[in-house]
Amino acid sequence: MSDSDIVQDFLAESYENLDRLDRELVGLEKNPHDSNALASVFRTIHTIKGTCGFLGFNKLEKVAHVGESLLTRLRDGQFTLNPELTTALLGMVDAVRQMLKEIQSTGQDGEVDYPELRETLTRLQQIGASAVKSAELPAHRKVLSSVPKKRSKAAKLGAAKLEPAAAAISSPPPELATKELPTEPVPARAEEPVISRPEDVLEAQHTLESRSRDKAAETIRVGVNVLDKLMTLVGELVLARNQLLQISNTVEDTSLQAVSQRMNLIATELQEEVMKTRLQPIGNIWSQFPRTVRDVALGCGKEVKIEMEGKETELDKTIIEAIKDPLTHLVRNSVDHGIELPEVRMKAGKERSGRLILRAFHEGGQVNIEISDDGAGLNVDRIRQKAVERGMVTAEHAALMTEREIFKMVFFPGFSTAEKVTKVSGRGVGMDVVKTNVERIGGSVDVQSIAGSGTTVRVKIPLTLAIIPALVVTCGGDRYAIPQVSLLELVRIEADEVATGIELVHGAPVYRLRGRLLPLVYLSRELKLAEDAKATADKDDAVNIVVLQADERQFGLIVDQINDTEEIVVKPLRKQLKLVKTFAGSSIMGDGKVALILDVLGLAQRASVVGETRARTLMEKTAEAAAAAAEKQTFLLFAGPGDSRMAIPLSTLARLEEFPVAQVEMSGNRWVIQYRGQILPLIRLQVVLEERRNKLRSPEIPPAPDSPPIQVLVMNHEGRTFGLVVERILDIVEDRADVKSAATRASVLYSVVIGGRVTELLDIPAILRGADVSAMPPGLAARSAGVAN
Amino acid sequence: MSQTSHFCTFYLDKLLFGVELKGVQEVIRSLDMTRVPLAPAVVSGLINLRGQIVTAVDLRRRLELEPRPAGLLAMNVVVRSEDGAVSLLVDEIGDVVEVEEDTFEPPPETLRGSVRTLILGVHKLKDRLMHVLDIEKACQMTDVAESAAAGR
Repeated sequence: MSDSDIVQDFLAESYENLDRLDRELVGLEKNPHDSNALASVFRTIHTIKGTCGFLGFNKLEKVAHVGESLLTRLRDGQFTLNPELTTALLGMVDAVRQMLKEIQSTGQDGEVDYPELRETLTRLQQIGASAVKSAELPAHRKVLSSVPKKRSKAAKLGAAKLEPAAAAISSPPPELATKELPTEPVPARAEEPVISRPEDVLEAQHTLESRSRDKAAETIRVGVNVLDKLMTLVGELVLARNQLLQISNTVEDTSLQAVSQRMNLIATELQEEVMKTRLQPIGNIWSQFPRTVRDVALGCGKEVKIEMEGKETELDKTIIEAIKDPLTHLVRNSVDHGIELPEVRMKAGKERSGRLILRAFHEGGQVNIEISDDGAGLNVDRIRQKAVERGMVTAEHAALMTEREIFKMVFFPGFSTAEKVTKVSGRGVGMDVVKTNVERIGGSVDVQSIAGSGTTVRVKIPLTLAIIPALVVTCGGDRYAIPQVSLLELVRIEADEVATGIELVHGAPVYRLRGRLLPLVYLSRELKLAEDAKATADKDDAVNIVVLQADERQFGLIVDQINDTEEIVVKPLRKQLKLVKTFAGSSIMGDGKVALILDVLGLAQRASVVGETRARTLMEKTAEAAAAAAEKQTFLLFAGPGDSRMAIPLSTLARLEEFPVAQVEMSGNRWVIQYRGQILPLIRLQVVLEERRNKLRSPEIPPAPDSPPIQVLVMNHEGRTFGLVVERILDIVEDRADVKSAATRASVLYSVVIGGRVTELLDIPAILRGADVSAMPPGLAARSAGVAN
Repeated sequence: MSQTSHFCTFYLDKLLFGVELKGVQEVIRSLDMTRVPLAPAVVSGLINLRGQIVTAVDLRRRLELEPRPAGLLAMNVVVRSEDGAVSLLVDEIGDVVEVEEDTFEPPPETLRGSVRTLILGVHKLKDRLMHVLDIEKACQMTDVAESAAAGR
């Protein structure tokens, strides 16, 4: 091991130790008599000091030394920890961290040796000591200082065995282990002759041993590059396995097939496990928040308690790193802006100290992180007023905006309602940066607030960046992947409608999507894949439009062919291709070929759909938002039996499919269809809505072979997948749908006005129930959900 | 005795080139390639090298030679650059040759243009000259990207 390796190890270990110090010091402040924590703090500083001396970082050693002296007094019970002392000690931690950074970048001891800090720490040693002397001397302190002498024999006995274990924790010198031992049981039983009880020593020894096993023996430090390499290799293995499976299927050899099947299972499991190695609990970044909160709260004279739920929620390492800064900012914001001063809180009838709650949990393949405070909440009027003042919206628009839209304004650049600019926040940079950073990794930010009782910021982020769901399209003979997060919907214009469907605004193609003009971008033209002449000649074919969202703007991307959605493994592009802004990365497809991943924002910028800066579209955006007003829902409109107009919320829909009648098979007297390797039960709306007595008389018959293809809405409900056969798909509309009236028949939730016409909104659970599964055991019920008898 | 070094040699438009053997990861046959639209012209595309995505550089274009005749499948010389593996597309693979330091000469002053920065010099072999290619420079794309973009 070379010198620089030792230094690197020292740095890595010290950074971890310092992070723990932050936590422990803040914890100690609340509970100053926690001798365990105090001993651990002491040990950490001592280790750093010791190693510095060994490696010749004298300045660092000096700083650590004064800290250690102060801690010695604390540990010996000469005085107790108070906020002033904590601040000084945290200051020392920061200084040490700073000095370590210098060592990391220069390889040498830094220039500064923090004379003021050392002075403060030394001064505190004396003041602290004298302050405590005048105060009542706690009885156990005397005991504490006398006990080690009495105990020394027993302690030494234990320490001899303890040494290896203690060394594994953070390698304190042997005498430390001896000293540390009595600190645990002594304060509680100071009056008893504890020393003579060997089981105490054994117990302490046991605790120490198990602790060291937890921390040292069961984890090892592995470089991220090693994990990345493993990941690549597993990817390769999976591809090789796929090929092997193909071959084994063509060869009539059962033993080969058995082996390849086992290989298949192992490779899948291996892939999952390797993915897991990159996951880290979110607690890793949260652990520094108590310190952050303490500093900010102290700085603005507030009292804040921080609570954490779901610390163990795991996220990919790259994501953890990417959200660290945004989260820190949100936490600071909550303390600085959200939570009120203690007096204000008391007046409002709240507890003196505010609560800051961090929650993390998995939901729908995403990780949700919530930062809630029980502070004053966002002031809607104030934001509205500020927005008008800043010229972000006109007064008329602002008056029309809903609360939710108003809250969204805080994420716009240059927006801050802080009454005064503080050190921490209020400069109007921040929330927009938070939003940009979270969106960059495919996440979203949302804010909810109730005036007087608090604000919740919810950050939703994908589990991993390494594997993302994507839509695969073909253009100019090559495949491209479009990340699903940017995807809004797919529109197909049939060949005979192309000429009228795509209109031109002074040469720029647009499409009327539900009454609004959607700018169109030809992927082949943007990528210079085809000659313009060819692209226009294609007008005879149907056109596939992928509606995408880029930076709050929508545009339609015209591609040759839409293939399928797939989970793809993202691989970054090499430096040589970083200049090409239209691509976000590359991926290897199932057949082993490489496909490029489109960078939707980059593409939009190239096609000038969005400007280089966000600010430019700001006015339009807010104007649009205001015009849209109220909360809208998106519905899928379709024609039911007898041409009745019906709708379902788009969110309940998985896919739209069209099947030729020849594909419909009968299972008993039910319609089913083979769909993506499953048997998809079909529910015929016509049958469901029929009167019950009619139903009994008309057993299901297969569709007439010459009837037109059936339109099927593929839906998921409570884990069941089924297809709803409807007459015709009409449109997708956004509407407030707030004019409602009671349903007139079963399986309908209520009638509602959508797009100016009365529409029946279907009750999906009722339809499933109506499909009469009562005779079936629950296991079978799922499969035969689509049955009407 | 002067120092010797090993070179992996290949042909481009009948010229003999060599790169230092220690910089070469492997040599493979033509692979399926995915083109990268809008990329500099010298980038032929991306290949899947056992799970690793590698950029393929068309050395003929990089060295401003005639385009490769249709039907001639390129070979991949995968080299290690600062930025990971890069595949250099060449016409044909030659032998590994051992050369001595004293057969080396810098390029003649009459060699001009951007090619000059890529060719370190030549080794005088018995029957012909071997051009020594600077791997790092050959894999660098930033400077050509601009000129390629300007040329369009």
